[in-house]
Amino acid sequence: MTNRLDGNVLAGALANLFVQDATELQARCTKCGEIAPIAAAMVYPDAPGLIARCRSCNHVLAAIVEAGDKTYLSLSGLSGIAVPS
Amino acid sequence: MSIATRGFRGRRREPGDRLPPGQTKVSRWPVLSAGPTPDVDTDTFDFVIRDENDTEHHWNWEQLLAVGVEDITVDIHCVTHWSKLDMPWRGVSLDKLFENVDTKYDYVMAESYGGYTANIPLKDLRDGQAWIAIEAEGAPLTPEHGGPARLLVPHLYFWKSAKWIRGLTMMPTNEPGFWEQYGYNLHGDPWKEQRYW
Amino acid sequence: MSTRAALPPRAHHRPAWHVATVLETRAETPNAVRLILDVPTWPGNEAGTHLDVRLTAPDGYQATRSFSVASSEPGRVVLGIDEVPDGEVSPFLVRDVRAGDKLEIHGPLGSYFLWRPGQSDRPVQLIAGGSGVVPLYAMAATHAAASDPSPFRLTYSVRTPEHVFFRDELAALAGPSFTIDYIYTRQAPPDWGGTVGRLTRESLVGTTIAPHERPRIFVCGSTGFAESVAAWLLELGHSPRDILTERYGGL
Repeated sequence: MTNRLDGNVLAGALANLFVQDATELQARCTKCGEIAPIAAAMVYPDAPGLIARCRSCNHVLAAIVEAGDKTYLSLSGLSGIAVPS
Repeated sequence: MSIATRGFRGRRREPGDRLPPGQTKVSRWPVLSAGPTPDVDTDTFDFVIRDENDTEHHWNWEQLLAVGVEDITVDIHCVTHWSKLDMPWRGVSLDKLFENVDTKYDYVMAESYGGYTANIPLKDLRDGQAWIAIEAEGAPLTPEHGGPARLLVPHLYFWKSAKWIRGLTMMPTNEPGFWEQYGYNLHGDPWKEQRYW
Repeated sequence: MSTRAALPPRAHHRPAWHVATVLETRAETPNAVRLILDVPTWPGNEAGTHLDVRLTAPDGYQATRSFSVASSEPGRVVLGIDEVPDGEVSPFLVRDVRAGDKLEIHGPLGSYFLWRPGQSDRPVQLIAGGSGVVPLYAMAATHAAASDPSPFRLTYSVRTPEHVFFRDELAALAGPSFTIDYIYTRQAPPDWGGTVGRLTRESLVGTTIAPHERPRIFVCGSTGFAESVAAWLLELGHSPRDILTERYGGL
């Protein structure tokens, strides 16, 4: 079985990039439109990067690649994130 | 600024010129995957090479094996810093599969069952450098390692050796595949340590 | 109508990198240690949160893994670390780390898999597999410290009595508002009246709060454990919105 974890394991990686814990924020999948907290994504950690997939349709929501002195962040599968003001 | 952790070495290193820079030799074979394992049945398996004229060359499982399976021993290098040396594989040479493919395009997008992709220059797939592999270490490829068939391009970082291979589509430019979109190098030569953008 | 004490202000501790000094490492189970860390800058944490431990080799190579926090007070962090066979970080933390060593940690992290006292009357069902009990133990300890009146139950699946994490602390917490049911999968204590074997949907029925009582459910353990249990809970009639899981990876 492919190793998989919950999206809340992304909290550390995202905390380096966002001011507050981003995993509780609601976000929308660009493929199926499902709105859910980022913590609810299905994360595949055993890969050359963290891949977060939509729990409903498996579309890649986000990718985080740690490359030594920089981190590549993609949120290409999220059409938006709701950040409280 | 990170402090060194007393006593931590990471996976054991082994020096030698068999290893590209930044790589460590391992004896087991880690499974890395960006998504769920697709369920690919050899009964319905279909491998296709598509050229710029929309001509498609198809092989079902029996036809693929009939092209001719050869034994090879290669080293593989994963961008996550592990390398496996002298690994026995069996596969069908891409040189044979490309024999009747007429193309002027220089790049290929490898496409997998399950949606994974990897872009590779065509010249990296010719001249005895690439196979459609069906066995590794003396046994049929398990699903978690890409079975029943995966692309095998050992001279590039192993993310290019797309698991659960479905087809190769010719392209005029070097468009990024799955990992290349997310930060990994378009080419991926381990000897030049081409890991990231 | 009962009056309720003012709710505690919502504690939101911003995650940061901290240098932790190992105060003590001791065997917790045959394959795990309890690590007690002195972290002067640690602001305290809510129950269920985790942190990342980052190890750096002399040549700069780094490996980072997440671990749930068993404690909650400022200045100190308690972890329960299970050794993953062939792992890169846990064998080091279990076998090589000594008192006096310094570790880099990032946290407190996580705002999703949390339980806060004083927010709800709903009963809480905790379901743990092996080391998955760590964040759930933190919840039970916080529940007791706050004298929160909501009913708490823990179903704890574990190989043998020697594999129980925080055994004495859990025993001390057990009482009128906190019930613990152990599921021994390989070997039970000598005076055990029940069966020995893996957790099943049927044993879940016997040990967990029924769906009609609408418990909030926290499941933590290996990915295989968490997914099996979550699937059974849905079959038993619990709502997906009431079930939060934390998968530790692996089968």
